Amino acid sequence: MLRRSLVLVAALAALFVPLAAAKPNAASFPVTIHAANGDVVIKSRPTRIVSLSPTGTEDLFAVGAGSQVIAVDNDSNYPKNAPHTTLSGYTPNVEAIAGYNPDLVVVSNDIGGVVESLQSLHVTVLLEPAADTIAQAYDEIRQLGTATGHQAQSTKVVTGMETALTKILRSVPKSNRHLTVYDELDPTYYSATSSTFIGRIFKLFGFKNIADAADTTHSGYPQLNAEYIVTSNPAIVVLADTVCCGQSAATVAARPGWGGISAVKHKRVVAVNDDVASRWGPRIVDFARAIAAVARKQ
Amino acid sequence: MAAVGSAEAAVRARGVSRPWRFLAGVFLVAALLIGLGVGPVDIGVSAIVESALSHLPFLHVHSPLSSLDEAVLWQIRAPRVVLAAIVGGMLAIAGSSYQGVFHNPLADPYLLGVAAGAGLGATLAIAYGHVGHSGQLLPLSAFVGGLAAVGATYVLGRSAGSVRVVGSFVLAGVTVTLFLTAIQTFVQQQHSNTLRDVYAWILGGFSTANWSQVEVAAPYVALSSIAILLHRRMLDVLSVGDEEATSLGVNVPRLRLVLVIAATAGTAAAVSVSGLIAFVGIIVPHTIRLLVSTSYRAVVPLSFVVGAGFLVLADVLARTIVSPAELPIGVVTAFFGAPFFAVVLRSARTMR
Repeated sequence: MLRRSLVLVAALAALFVPLAAAKPNAASFPVTIHAANGDVVIKSRPTRIVSLSPTGTEDLFAVGAGSQVIAVDNDSNYPKNAPHTTLSGYTPNVEAIAGYNPDLVVVSNDIGGVVESLQSLHVTVLLEPAADTIAQAYDEIRQLGTATGHQAQSTKVVTGMETALTKILRSVPKSNRHLTVYDELDPTYYSATSSTFIGRIFKLFGFKNIADAADTTHSGYPQLNAEYIVTSNPAIVVLADTVCCGQSAATVAARPGWGGISAVKHKRVVAVNDDVASRWGPRIVDFARAIAAVARKQ
Repeated sequence: MAAVGSAEAAVRARGVSRPWRFLAGVFLVAALLIGLGVGPVDIGVSAIVESALSHLPFLHVHSPLSSLDEAVLWQIRAPRVVLAAIVGGMLAIAGSSYQGVFHNPLADPYLLGVAAGAGLGATLAIAYGHVGHSGQLLPLSAFVGGLAAVGATYVLGRSAGSVRVVGSFVLAGVTVTLFLTAIQTFVQQQHSNTLRDVYAWILGGFSTANWSQVEVAAPYVALSSIAILLHRRMLDVLSVGDEEATSLGVNVPRLRLVLVIAATAGTAAAVSVSGLIAFVGIIVPHTIRLLVSTSYRAVVPLSFVVGAGFLVLADVLARTIVSPAELPIGVVTAFFGAPFFAVVLRSARTMR
């Protein structure tokens, strides 16, 4: 995957050198994007973008393509000024999407063959699926930047994220880099292991993830047993079920049997916005910052 | 009433024989002890016994467990075992009651729409209430939804006429279930961010069991189980047919209403704290029919005891097979329940 993208980047760079030399400030089209649905050729700068991916929406606005977006799906709740519609990314209606007469559609799931259906209507589609790695998340931001004529700014966004993440990681003292962490996805104790995207951020810090031992099926998202969580005595508890399910440091401390665990005693229960903790866009920096804030505590 | 007395006398001979009562009791006690002794966290049997004794007054036994293990044992594991027992008992006794009331061997506690109503209630609470699983709104909403659904089924079934009362109730239940399921699917689709929460609730389980859930469910389970137990002889009378029971002096519509209310209230309370757990309400009563007796004097009380033990053991499997992860208990009960039910179906065919 990495090698392929490197080759692609090299190829793209070679392609752009003469063009960039001729018109240094204007974005160049057509461009070819190596998305999850293959090589997608974008003939001209899109101005009628429909995003059915909440992360895609965040990426598009971050790279400065917000003004080219005409509709986002019902789960795209960030940024606030995105053009919200009732379009669904889970049960996509091809007619309703085509009704916006889009010149680019961004999706994160190919549910019901929506990619092929839209392509048969001659609509350009970019499939940008849930990232497994941080490098892949960066790739998607760059791809969306290139696809919309904001290549330079997308590179700046990615570099900014890398710099911010490095600074955040360094803010946690070495002595606290080996803490155990429990990441809660819902109040029935579903969790994320180190092999998931969000788990890799914990891994960057060097934390030990208690979900790893429970992932017998390698799904990445096992449901943990309450006894196991309590006796694992995690030093950090990350709550990604604050919006959906009203969880907070107070509700965790009030759970029967949970009062004695290290994270509760040392106030290292961190409540994060569910969306921030489940998307792979620019706000992963906010997520890492929230984690670092509790991980610094002695 | 004298006629009823003679009908009772006719079936009295088929009551519960003592060895079966003893065996069922041993099964339940063993299940409870296994439930308390087995878990992802290894706590020795003697430590558990000493810890239990330390909670009794005047014995001055000192618990050998750390405060963390104490919390794990008495705040997490023990309420889980107790909740599984009362939910399992309730579902099985309600299933036996429904099967008797509707002369239908396939009837389960969800026949009249409790599951669909509770499911819709839970979905609405998750989608609009932002409560998660630990709040009080979700169980309340599921409970009210379950009762309302059965109420609607009852009104619809009665209005369908009195010629084939039983069939019209079952059909009304199917209608209400389909209608409410459609609404639930619509709400889920409109709030796709709630999909996993609703899914987890529908699969059911005791992963977040605590004593307050036991306190919520226990009174309903106790009252409705006692009500059903008191009518177990009437269920035997009813089993000879509606007209025959009426000719014996039984007020069949009233009896049916009382039993439906009792079974529904208990089932709705059980569902509200545990989600939807399939097959317990069918396989437990049928096991007893096949092994012990078809008389409701045996089926009703033994269903509660065996159902309680069965669900406790199913929960032990749910939390140990992939330990320290969890399996949804609905998967465990249905995995063992479905093949068993196939056997029940085959034997029912040959009996007719």
